[in-house]
Amino acid sequence: MTEISLTVNGRAVHETVEPRLLLTDFLRHRLGLTGTHVGCEHGVCGSCTVHVDGAAVRGCCMLAVQADGSTVETVESLAGDALLSPLQDAFKRHHALQCGFCTPGILMAVVDFVDHYPDPSRAAVEDMLSGHLCRCTGYAPIVDAILDYTASTSASPSGRST
Amino acid sequence: MKPVAFDFVRAESLEEALAALAEGGEDAKPIAGGQSLVPALNMRLVRPTLLVDLNRAGLDGIEANGEVRIGATARQAAVERDPRAHPLLREALPFVGHYVTRNRGTVGGSVAHADGSAEIPVCLAALDGTIVIAGPTGRREVAPPDFFVTHYLTTLHAGELVVATVWPQAAPGEGWAFEELALRAGDYALSMVAVVLRRDGGAARDVRVVAGAVTDRPTLLVEAAAALEGVEVTAAAASAAGAAAAASVEPPGSIHASCDYLRSITATLVERAALRAWARSA
Repeated sequence: MTEISLTVNGRAVHETVEPRLLLTDFLRHRLGLTGTHVGCEHGVCGSCTVHVDGAAVRGCCMLAVQADGSTVETVESLAGDALLSPLQDAFKRHHALQCGFCTPGILMAVVDFVDHYPDPSRAAVEDMLSGHLCRCTGYAPIVDAILDYTASTSASPSGRST
Repeated sequence: MKPVAFDFVRAESLEEALAALAEGGEDAKPIAGGQSLVPALNMRLVRPTLLVDLNRAGLDGIEANGEVRIGATARQAAVERDPRAHPLLREALPFVGHYVTRNRGTVGGSVAHADGSAEIPVCLAALDGTIVIAGPTGRREVAPPDFFVTHYLTTLHAGELVVATVWPQAAPGEGWAFEELALRAGDYALSMVAVVLRRDGGAARDVRVVAGAVTDRPTLLVEAAAALEGVEVTAAAASAAGAAAAASVEPPGSIHASCDYLRSITATLVERAALRAWARSA
C-alpha cells in the first residue's frame, strides 16, 4: 500500500492505495466522483478522460499512485458554482448528448484541446473526437456544439465558468 | 479488467530507476507514459512484480544544439508542438494514438515498446537518428536498424533503459513527408511511409524510404529509394518508387486487408510521400 496526496477538484486528498489501483477507480470508488465514466479500460473509448496537472489524460491508463502530488480535475469541476459551464451549455443547446456516457470524457478533452487550438477547423475537431467513442448521440451535434463553443466570444479560455 | 498486484517505485533520477530495475530483476518493468503498458496491465497480458515509474526521473527534457535530443519521457504532445523537433516527426505525431493519449504517451516509450505499427520508430529510422541507452554498465548509442528486431522486441538488454532519442534538424534543401492509412483516425495503421531526401540541382539525393505496419519493424525500402536516387522526382519516378516498394514488402493479410491490398496501399503512400517530399525540398 502506498500513501498519496493530491488535489482533486480543488480539495486536498490523502489516501492509502494499492499501486495497481487505476486513477478512474480511485476517483469513482474512493472519492465518489462518478462523473468520470469507465468504458473500455484500455484507452480507446475516452469516457474516463480527466485532467492531471492541466492536461487531459485517460484515467484508465494511469495509476492512482502516479497522480501523487498532482492536481486532478474531473467533469464535476467544470461548472464551478454555475449550473453548466459554457461548453456544457453548448452541448445542451445542440442536443450533443443522449445517454451521456461519453460526454464527461469529451468535455474534459475539449477543454484541454481548446486551450491549445482555440479556433479549430471542423476536420480538426472530428480528428480529436476519434479518441472518444459515442455510440448513440451521433457525432454531428457534438461537433456542432464544440464549434459553436469555440466560435462564441463568451467562451472563457479554460472552458470553465468564470 | 484490473492489473495484478505489483510493487511500485517512483524513480526520482535515472540512477534510482536503474537501481530499482536491477533489484526488481526479470519481472520488473519500467513505466513511462503507460499508454500501451497500462492497457496491457489491465488485460493482464503483462504481470510485472514491480513497476518503476520514470515520469519524475528528469528524463523529459528537449534540447536543440545542432541536433535535437528528446528525453525519453518527453510527451508526444509536447514534441508535436515544439518547433525545434524535426518537421517529419511533427507531421507524423498526430497519427500516434489520439489527442488525449499523446498528452501522456512519450517518444522514448514508443521507441522502447517497438510496436511494428508505431509511427515514431519509422520517423527515427527515416532520419537516421540515434537511440541513447543507459544501463548498469554505462551508456551506449544505437542506430535504429541495430535496435528494432521485430514486434515488441529490441536489442535492449535486461536492466537497460532508453533515456533519449537524438534527431537531426531539417537541413536546407531537405524534403520530407509522412503518409499513413488507417481504417479510422487513431487506429493502428494499415501502412505508413516516411520519405526523406535532399534536392541537389534537379535531382534527389540521399533518398531514404521507410515503411512501417506492413513490416515487423521500421524497414528501409532500398529499392524504392534507388528508384528516386539521382533523378528528378516526377510523377513517373514516384510511381516507379511505389511499385518498387510494393514488391519489396510482404505483409501478412488480415480480415481488414489482404496482402495485395496492403502492398497497393504502400505503393500509393510511397508515391504521395515522394512527391510531397520533393515539392518541399524546393
